[in-house]
Parts: sequence; structure tokens; C-alpha cells
Amino acid sequence: MSATEISAQATQMPATWQNVWRALKRVLREPLGALGFGLVMFVLVSAIGADFFAPFEPNKIDIRAKLQPPSAEHYLGTDQLGRDIYSRVLVGGRIALKVSLVSIGIALVIGLTLGLIAGYGPRWLDNSLMLLFDSVRSFPTVMFALAVVTLFGPSLTTVMIVVIVTQIPIYGRMVRSQTQALRDAEFILAERAMGAGFFRIIAMHILPNVVGPLLILASMDIPFVITIEAGLSFLGMGVRPPTPSWGTILNDGYSYIYNTPWPVIAGGIPVILTTLGFTFLGESLRDVFDPKLRKEI
Amino acid sequence: MKPLLEISDLHVRFRTHSPLSAMMNGIQDPFVDAVNGVSLHIGEGETYGLVGESGSGKTTLARSILGLVQPQQGSIRYAGTELIGMPAAQMKRFRSNVGAMFQDPVGSLSPRMTIGSLLAEPFKIHGLSDRDLGHEATRLLDMVGLNRDFSSRYPHQLSGGQARRVGVARALALNPKLIIADEPTAGLDVSVQGEILNLLGKLQAELGISILVITHNLNVVRHITDRMGIMYFGRVLEQGPTSAIFHQPSHPYTLALLSANPEPDPDAEIDRLELHGEVPSLFNRPGGCEFHPRCPFSDDTCKSAFPDITELDNAHSFRCHHPLQRA
Amino acid sequence: MLEISRLNVEFTTERGVIKALRDVDLEVPRGSIVGVVGESGCGKSTMINSIIGLLAHNAAVRSGSITFEGSDLLQKSQRELRDIRGTRISMVFQDPMTALNPVLSIGAQMTDIQYRDPIGMAQKKQRSIRMLSRVGIPDPETRLENYPHQFSGGMRQRIAIAMALQAEPALLIADEPTTALDATLEVQIIHRLKDLQQSMGCSILFISHHLGVIAELCDFVVVMYGGEVVERGTVRDIFHRPAHPYTIKLLECDPARIAETTRALPTIPGEIPDLVNLPPGCIFADRCDRCIKVCREQIPQTTEFAEHHWARCHLAGSMAET
Repeated sequence: MSATEISAQATQMPATWQNVWRALKRVLREPLGALGFGLVMFVLVSAIGADFFAPFEPNKIDIRAKLQPPSAEHYLGTDQLGRDIYSRVLVGGRIALKVSLVSIGIALVIGLTLGLIAGYGPRWLDNSLMLLFDSVRSFPTVMFALAVVTLFGPSLTTVMIVVIVTQIPIYGRMVRSQTQALRDAEFILAERAMGAGFFRIIAMHILPNVVGPLLILASMDIPFVITIEAGLSFLGMGVRPPTPSWGTILNDGYSYIYNTPWPVIAGGIPVILTTLGFTFLGESLRDVFDPKLRKEI
Repeated sequence: MKPLLEISDLHVRFRTHSPLSAMMNGIQDPFVDAVNGVSLHIGEGETYGLVGESGSGKTTLARSILGLVQPQQGSIRYAGTELIGMPAAQMKRFRSNVGAMFQDPVGSLSPRMTIGSLLAEPFKIHGLSDRDLGHEATRLLDMVGLNRDFSSRYPHQLSGGQARRVGVARALALNPKLIIADEPTAGLDVSVQGEILNLLGKLQAELGISILVITHNLNVVRHITDRMGIMYFGRVLEQGPTSAIFHQPSHPYTLALLSANPEPDPDAEIDRLELHGEVPSLFNRPGGCEFHPRCPFSDDTCKSAFPDITELDNAHSFRCHHPLQRA
Repeated sequence: MLEISRLNVEFTTERGVIKALRDVDLEVPRGSIVGVVGESGCGKSTMINSIIGLLAHNAAVRSGSITFEGSDLLQKSQRELRDIRGTRISMVFQDPMTALNPVLSIGAQMTDIQYRDPIGMAQKKQRSIRMLSRVGIPDPETRLENYPHQFSGGMRQRIAIAMALQAEPALLIADEPTTALDATLEVQIIHRLKDLQQSMGCSILFISHHLGVIAELCDFVVVMYGGEVVERGTVRDIFHRPAHPYTIKLLECDPARIAETTRALPTIPGEIPDLVNLPPGCIFADRCDRCIKVCREQIPQTTEFAEHHWARCHLAGSMAET
């Protein structure tokens, strides 16, 4: 693209969409990036359209047809209560994505806000926020999860609270260090010299420069949250039956692994595919945006 | 000439150790003096050049005028109004009188904003959004000689010279009376440097603004400034009319600085006052005159006492026990 | 000793192929200092990177040769080039911190770069001390224990020079080594560099945009513009009898050469052409005030119109007389 073409495009499209489009083109050029993008799209579409794609009601019990192998009727077989595993995997995917997107979204907003305040605000506030972050992080995630489950009982909300609380310090710390690096940049000095206030500098000049890397980090955290959700549900501390979740599908199938491996395979493969998809996508996005790795003149 | 900006006995100190660590390590004075008793004034429509090597305090001085650094002592008066200790709301209003340019042409523009929105920034900050900001942006681009298409570009798509023009446009957006330009031509090629300096000169002539230029490029100072000051270790060692200083420097450091400038002529005979040794560290300030360890003329007086200001005619002054002989 | 002839380097990018260097000729005679001047985007850094074999991955040498001590560097393997770098060719950069490891003492770094030499630790240390005192570091024995951040900018650049010259290279490439330094230190460093060059007998390829420094230090000067060497010759020829219109303009623009103070400084109107879509004729035609018809149609040949004075201009030779 020549400079004139770039400016012509810029007038047609808002800046962010133009950047998204260019980044996407770069991601798709890498084989792993394209694979990651494809997998993520596949998981998203199947989760959003779960009700449409699912041939059966995921909680419909049919004891006569229990633990069947895959067939033309039940693509991935049935579980010990005769429920269609294919339908349960689709709906379970929606729950997995809902948990990860909602909890990471909330953690992102809170972590971003606290990180900006710590990085740009007064020293004492920075110190106290860092102390808070470090205390939370020094607590083992599993122990913390067990404590929350004991207090509030197992539920989807419990899983989300665990994820939110453990992710906030990670995002907060990252935003803080990036903000500190930007705080003394010349363009910030230039804005201050013009009289721009605290909130204006944070919102207009620091935020746009820290939000990109943060979103990439968050996209790579989605699989981590999905495994937490699956793990906690597998242990019986997350989603309550009969709600389908990849963790509960695995848990249910685990008891019958000697009779039939299908439920375990059907519950495990989506976890693996989603994890790989988001990881590949996140990594290639990071490569695209990291100027240090992009060496062209 | 009526002074627009008057700085007297300005001191800026930076803390090097927290009070606790200073106490633990037995440090009596956990500060460095970045600006140490500087007095100068800039008249209306005048260009004042501040030269000095890195670490001499010239950038800190500029930043304290812009209110980015808090001085500990002294006064900065703009058109008779004291700036030090001014309430924040009033300070914000004052800022529209002063435009600033920073060293890095591209780096001083917020990277994720278009040139158009960068040019609208000053108006938005000062609550003037009711103006036609698009119109203001084109007016400013025209003023600095950039095509109107630049409005939709991003800083990284600009060359150094173009980005510098945007910097000039932003500094002039609110019709300031004073421009503070910190190394306005750093990192620019000679031909582009000329363009930027000519632009500043043209705008100065049209708008009658005063300019404080901070630079280590003596050739720039010689051509564009009316008066100049030479800083060393946070102090102004010599100041006066530019032509007088270039023609007949009084302070040995001024002479060393002027003669250090290599001539672009292979056959030039340069009568150099070469200095020896390195610039001492701010943490380890020499006693007496700070220049004495490098000065070829220093004696015991220089080691013990800091010289007072000697006034010559024509507002030319210096601080030295052993000034150069005047022809 | 170093001879670049008709070097062509291209970069493949999203926008197309950037013809970054076109038919670049350059010669560094033994024991001389050759200065390279040119504004940003003229191809200086691409040329240095070609010499030391460190071009970016999207760059390709299309044709030409870089002959150093009798053999073509472009034909050498990465391994062979690595052996040449640091022993026969050394570099000094603008920012001395890039050459110094912040977590190792100066002494450790200076003995470490002598790993090829089969001599004892004590001897290596002695050599380092000698080298540091030669570049003008006072009290080198004790300063050997210090770390880079404990030195001032000027001192660091001296150390970087000491490290580059320690292996007694045949060629030192200095890429804007004094740009980050203050005027008084700049003069000290160039003088030191010149003394060392004379006593060691090495050659220096000195890249700078500071015409004053070039005039004071160099024997020969190469002027680059838009990826081409537009003029080269002895320092006196270039400064006193410039032949290429670009060189003439560049010299005119330097405020140091204008004796009378003026508020209207000369400039070179226009910009460097896009190196993806090159003009059919001379690269400088658009900005040249002596441009004639042939300049827009034909790329000029590099001609030696006077002894040791080359220019890439249709009017070369005829201009020098006027």
C-alpha cells in the first residue's frame, strides 16, 4: 500500500477498524495464526448457534439409549442418562465462553482502571495498590477457589468470582508498568504543557496505547479460564448438574471410561481445540503488534 | 524592550534519595541542584537562545516555565504575573499563553491520534470546542505549509520535518505570546532544519511572539537569536546579545564552547581553547566555580569562591574571576 | 583495502520493492579516513549493514561486490563474516550503551572480547589497561572494575572505541559516534580517534551528518543521496570544488558556512523521491535547479571528471569550472 492509499482508506474507515483489518491480514498470513483464527471462529459460531445446531434438547433424559457409541442419530454418542453428548458439548461450549468472556471482561476493566491509577497516580496510591495486588497473587489459585466455593457454594458465579479476583492483579500490574513507561514520554509532557488534566491524559493518551497489548494478553487467558471452569466443574465445584459444561461432561464420562471412552473424548477435544485456537491467535496477534519482533525497514 | 518573561534567582532541586534512605545512608543533602540561581528575561518579540551541554539544566529551566517541574525558590513572572505558586485553575488558563515544542518531532505527538485531532487538542483542553475544529486544523496546517490531507494521517506516517511542522502548528494553536522550543531542530537534516527555522522566523515576524530556544547547536543560535545565555551546571555563566558573545566572549567556557564547533572547511585554522577532563557529575558538585576543574585559567580563588556577576555594557554579563582579555 | 563496486541492495516490503542502494561505489584506501555524508534515507546504514553482513531479513543484495583485503565479503559464509567482524572490521555506534553490556564490568568485557587470543588473563588485563589509557581514560587500573553506568557519556564512547580498536582491526566503521556528545567532548573524541588511527595505521569509515566534523577529520568524502553515491573525492575537492548540485546545496544549507547572520536560511525544496517508484532519470532532478532535459530521461553515469573526483551528474565537470 502506498502512503496515498493508506490515507484514502483512513478517510473511509475509522482508525480502529482500519488497524483491526490490517492486523487480521497479517495474522492470516501466518499458518498458525490462520489455524488459530479458524478454530476460534469455529468455536464462537458453534457456541453462539448452539441451540440451532443441537439436534436434541441437551438435558433430555432417555435411559433406554444410555452410553451409546456415535451413530447417525447421536453424532458423539450418549451419556449414562441417554443425553445427546453432541448437543451437550455445543451448549457446554457456550457456557465455557460465557464464563471466560464475562469474567475476563470484568477483570480487564477493573485491572485496567487500577493499573492506570497506580501507574499515573501518586506514589502512595501506587504502593498500596501494588501491596494489594501482591497479596492477592501470593494466594494459590486452587486454595482460593476452594475457599470461595466453601463460602458461597458451587455455582457459575463462584467460578467467575475466582477468575475475576485472580486475574485483576495480572492485568493491573501489566497496565501499571506500561503506564509508567508512557508517563514520561514526550507526547505526555507536550499534553501536560498544553494544560491537559489527569483524566484527559489517561483516557486520550495513555489508554489507547496500553489497551492493545492488554487485549492480546486477555485473549491468551481465555483458554486458561476455560480449563479452570472445566476443572472446577469436573471436581463438582463449578457448574451444577444438569447444566451441561465441558467439565461436567468429562466428569460424567469419567465414571464410565471402562465401558465407553466416547463421553471423555467428546468432552476433552473441545477443550483442547479451544485452548489451542486462542493460544495460536493470541501469539500471532502479539507478534503482529510487537514492533520489536517485526523487523522491516 | 518590555520583558515578557522574567526569571529571577530560580532554583530547581531534584530529590535523589527518599528521606528514609537519606537518613539510613547518612546523606546530608539528598538533592541535586539542576537549576541553581538563574536569572534571565525575554523581551516581547525577542528570541533568546539558551545553550549548554547535556545536564546543564537548560531543559529543566524550560520545564519549570511550563509548570512541569516545581521550582524550590525564585520567581518566574510572565507579563508581570508570578507563576510560581499559582493556583491550578489559573495556571491552566495561563498555559494558553505559552506554546511548547519538545525535542523528538514524532515522539512528542500522541501516537494513536490523527494529525487533525492532535491539532484540535489545544482547543478542546481549553474548552474552546464550540469553534469549528476542522476549520482550525486546516488554518493551522496552512500556516505551517502542510497539505490539508495531513489531517487524516498518523504521526508515524510523517517525516521528521513534517512532524516538526505539526509541532509548530500545535504550539501556535492558541495564539500564544511565548514559544518555548527545546531542541527544535534535533534529529532533522540540515536542509529541513533551515525550513523549520525559517518557518519559526516568519511566524515570529507575523505574530510578534517571543521565543526561548534551547539547543546545543551554536550555528542555530548565531543565526536566529537576539540574545543568548550559556549554562553550565545549572548556572548561567554568561549572557548578553548574541553578536557580542560570538564576537567577544568573556567567559573561558563560552570560548571553549564556541571554538569547539568544527568548521565545515578542511583548511580552517581554528584557534581552539581545548578543555581537559570530563564534565563532573551533578552528584559531585565541585566547590567554588563549577568550571574550575576543566578551566585552563583556574587558580585557588576559583576553587573556593563562586564568582559574582560582572556587568558589561549592553546588558552583557558573566560570572568569572579571570575573564578573557577584551581586545 | 575496502572497495565497494556497483552494489545494489533491495528491500521487499508490503509497498513493493525498495531499491535502497543503486550502483554504489566506494573506496577506502589503507590508512585513510573516509567520511560518508548524507541526510536521512540516503542509504548510509544499509551500506554499513551490507559491509558487516547484517542486513535485515527482507533485504537482498542484487549485484555488486564488497572487496575487503582481497576477497569479496558477499561471497563469505556467516561464520567467516563473524570471524572478520571484531577482528578485521570493528564498529563504533552512536549510542555507546549498545556496545556495552550493562551488567558486566568494563574490565570483564574488555578481557572477554580477547577470547580468540591465546594469552593469559593477566596479559589480557594489561592490554585492556593500555588500551583504556590510549583512549584517554584516567586511572584505568581502578576504572576497570567499574560498570558502564558509572561512566559519563563521553567516557563510555571512549571505552567503546577502545574495545573496537583493541583487536587492531584493519577497518573501523564509526556510525555517528559523536552525535550524542556535547561539542567540547566531540572535539576531544575526534582528535583522539585521529591520533589512534595514525598510530595504529588502520582505516576508518566515518559516518556523520555533521559537515564540520567530516571536514576536520576525513581525508576522503563520499556524499550519498537517495540510495546513490552522488559524489566522492578528497575532502578538499568536496568542500572547495563540489561538483554535484546536491553536494553544493548541502554545503550551502549548513548554517556554519554562512558568515553573515540571517533569518532566511537556505533550504533544499522538495523531498527524496519514493525509492519504490524511481524517476526515470537522475534521482536529484526534481530538486535540482540546474536540471536539463537529459536529467529527467537518463540516469547519469558516475564519471571521474577530475583525478580522484567522481560525480554522478550529467553536468559533472562542466559545473566544477563554473
